[in-house]
Amino acid sequence: MPETVVLAVNGQRVIVPDGSTVATAVALSGATTFRRSVTNQPRAPLCGMGICFECRVTINGQAHARSCQIVCRDGMQVRTDA
Amino acid sequence: MTAPITSNAFDLAIVGGGIVGAACAWEAARAGLRVVVIENGVIGGGATAAGMGHLVVMDDSEAQFALTHYSQQLWQEIAPELPHDVEYEECGTIWVAADEEEMEEVRRKVHFYQTRGVAVETLDAEALAEAEPNLRPGLAGALLVPGDGVVYPPCAARYFLEQAQVLGAQLRGGQSAIAFSNEGVQLHDGTFISAGATVNATGSWAPLLTPGIEVQKRKGHLLITDRYPGFVRHQLIELGYLKSAHSINSDSVAFNVQPRKTGQVLIGSSRQYGVAGAQVEAAMLSRMLSRAEEYMPGLTRLSALRTWTGFRAATPDKLPLVGPCPGSENLYLATGHEGLGITTSLGTAKLLVDQLLHRPSAIPLAPYLPNRTQQEAAHA
Amino acid sequence: MPNRSHNYDVLVIGAGPAGLAAAVSAQQAGARVAIVDDNPGLGGQIWRGEQRQPSAPEAAQWLRRVQAAQLEFISGARVYDQPEAGRLLAETFDGVVELGYRKLILATGARERFLPFPGWTLPGVAGAGGLQALVKSGLPIEGKKVVVAGTGPLLLAVAAYLRKRGANVLLIAEQTPPSRLLSFGLSLWRSPDKILQAWQLKRALLGIAHLTNCWPVAAHGEEQLQRVTLHKGQKAWDVHCDYLACGFHLVPNVELAVFFGCELRDGVVQVDELQATNVLGIYCAGESTGIGGLELSLVEGQIAGYAATDQREKARTLFPERRKQQQFAELLNRAFALREELKRLPQPDTIVCRCEDVRFAQLEKYPAWRAAKLQTRCGMGPCQGRICGAAIEFLLGWQPESVRPPVYPVNVGHLIHRASNGGQRACASTPTSIGRPGTRTNDDAPSSDAPTSPLAVGQ
Repeated sequence: MPETVVLAVNGQRVIVPDGSTVATAVALSGATTFRRSVTNQPRAPLCGMGICFECRVTINGQAHARSCQIVCRDGMQVRTDA
Repeated sequence: MTAPITSNAFDLAIVGGGIVGAACAWEAARAGLRVVVIENGVIGGGATAAGMGHLVVMDDSEAQFALTHYSQQLWQEIAPELPHDVEYEECGTIWVAADEEEMEEVRRKVHFYQTRGVAVETLDAEALAEAEPNLRPGLAGALLVPGDGVVYPPCAARYFLEQAQVLGAQLRGGQSAIAFSNEGVQLHDGTFISAGATVNATGSWAPLLTPGIEVQKRKGHLLITDRYPGFVRHQLIELGYLKSAHSINSDSVAFNVQPRKTGQVLIGSSRQYGVAGAQVEAAMLSRMLSRAEEYMPGLTRLSALRTWTGFRAATPDKLPLVGPCPGSENLYLATGHEGLGITTSLGTAKLLVDQLLHRPSAIPLAPYLPNRTQQEAAHA
Repeated sequence: MPNRSHNYDVLVIGAGPAGLAAAVSAQQAGARVAIVDDNPGLGGQIWRGEQRQPSAPEAAQWLRRVQAAQLEFISGARVYDQPEAGRLLAETFDGVVELGYRKLILATGARERFLPFPGWTLPGVAGAGGLQALVKSGLPIEGKKVVVAGTGPLLLAVAAYLRKRGANVLLIAEQTPPSRLLSFGLSLWRSPDKILQAWQLKRALLGIAHLTNCWPVAAHGEEQLQRVTLHKGQKAWDVHCDYLACGFHLVPNVELAVFFGCELRDGVVQVDELQATNVLGIYCAGESTGIGGLELSLVEGQIAGYAATDQREKARTLFPERRKQQQFAELLNRAFALREELKRLPQPDTIVCRCEDVRFAQLEKYPAWRAAKLQTRCGMGPCQGRICGAAIEFLLGWQPESVRPPVYPVNVGHLIHRASNGGQRACASTPTSIGRPGTRTNDDAPSSDAPTSPLAVGQ
């Protein structure tokens, strides 16, 4: 198994240790805002355990994916709402 | 019953604070009546909250058309004043034809609506795909009714009641009515509300207060998704709906999907008789969603936030009961709206107050009078 | 892929301490046991990451026991529905798994309580446990300035952890008064192990200001947190920081229990002495029966695991230990009870429901949840009220409503139950056998073998 995983966050190449969550990859990409709220406010993870849904991003075209619970895979395309 | 009896505390006591009761309160208050609304739960918390909020002109019968069309015009009149949270949007309805047989139905509907002054457009397969790219390929075409719309019903009911209250109507919240009498309404806590006339607007619960009326509970399921703006653009209903959903006796599902102003997608619909429990039934929900998937496969990948059920107040002839209750002196009915209560709430309110005040009505009253079945029997 | 389901004698929901203890104990009777958890790894919240980076000896000990037992672990799977008695559905990133069970043990743990104050929605404001979890999952924290605030023993543990990972922890703001902390501290004499833990924590936190009677009243920044306003007595002052790690103790995760029909009292699942709920065949252990900490979770988990597999005598030997830990739990919850002043934290325009951006002033005019929900959509977003619910219960006293499927948001398609023999459902996740190689007993029985035992329970 490879030690690292390579994925793209907002088109930017990010390399993370295998087993990292997508939220980690987003943070490593330098993005601070994960999503925009319904009144367009910046938001980022709150609970860190998949309950608050503030960590939602789009993964491989699928909107509203919880980045703090999903483990990175090679080639994932991640998009934040910033 | 003639004009309201002024010695009473109220001219009109309405039991039920759903959208129909709230609309009746507003219309009656506008006409200068002293109104009280009795609601034991939440305003707009029954079928009003459970329904989709589709404002639709229907063509099942002349009477159904007359009431829905009249009501639609009333909605369009008040639309500019509706507060933001009522989420009124004229998104139009697309009646989807899966095959040539259903395209025949489109042509019939086009004729029906056009001869009655309702603007419609026929969409061929290509135009349909362009209007709703997430529908599956291979559908035959559709009928677009651009004037139809959607609202968020609980806020609409609240707004109607607020408007009534501005005009002096009172709300007795958290209190249940246990009986109607010729003089008013008896409440559970022992209070008696005296009123010149009373209205049973308790939807599918109406027979509890007025036994013997032909209103049955017809259960429905709905699901709402997270926000996917643009995924669906019009209210979409399959024309197969006419073959399946309106059969009175058996359970049925139909593809019926609505875009909310929030970007959320409401997915329906199901119809069941004889089910008393309000719980979400996995099998029925599954059937309903399978049907939706057949028409719009991409729906399955959207995130489902909540599911719920509600009870429509169904009548045998699919028309509401609006008018004096047979056998009672001062009691009126405003129930039996089945799946059209949001649309027809405004028309119902007009027709009810027309009768109370002996005003002329914009459309004939007879098809909705609660005694219509007796009259038919008498004429038979 | 053919339609498959997995059937177990005992299914444990939750891979935290209570769940691990329950699974290991149940397995001792030779039962076929599995643990399902929505996290990628074992350990739950408190032992998150211990598999990859061991630090707590007790965690290592239990993880070794789990390794030694023939357990299956269905990871990254969130239970969301029970279409029929004894059969659960869980969603994974790739699809749905069906899990059949005879006995079910709920060990769903707790989440942090968050209280809304101006600015709490800014990126950079996270839960205390929340920030710890994110750092454990790889969020870079080295050199970042962090304020830890709120209430509960978790604050100290989080501060110590973040410091160890290189964070510059500026201060800890604890809302509880020093008198309550003192009496709590004095009560520890009965538990030498806890004194040791406390002493170790104190050493790890040397030099970090630990303020009592102190709490955050506002967070400031445009797109991101820049500073936080703290309040203590008559004083209020600003602290510049990169993160505010803020949680107000814990609330039990009871949604699944409610969904299964388990009885609740004061917001916690009611169980008998064998950790059995009122629903036949469903047990509950750990924080969901009341916030009580790690040791109580472990002992409750063991009792539930034994009880679910008719090892009652073994269960009974643990009753005295449980009683001791329950006494500790009472002291704990008393020490960190929320003070009334915190009810004034939200301003009229402070967002309470983060999913739907509903502000405090919008809610105050309603008498109860349902009216407020219908009129404002508060609690109707994807978190389904899990975040705002606990806050509103404290602020306005509203009790939560019923739970309907899906218990968590899932793909619409995952609520379509294909015919069992239709073979249409992709079974995404094959359980990982945690036991020794070659001892895997999972034979992926077809779902037509779903349990029909009278032990199988329904809603």
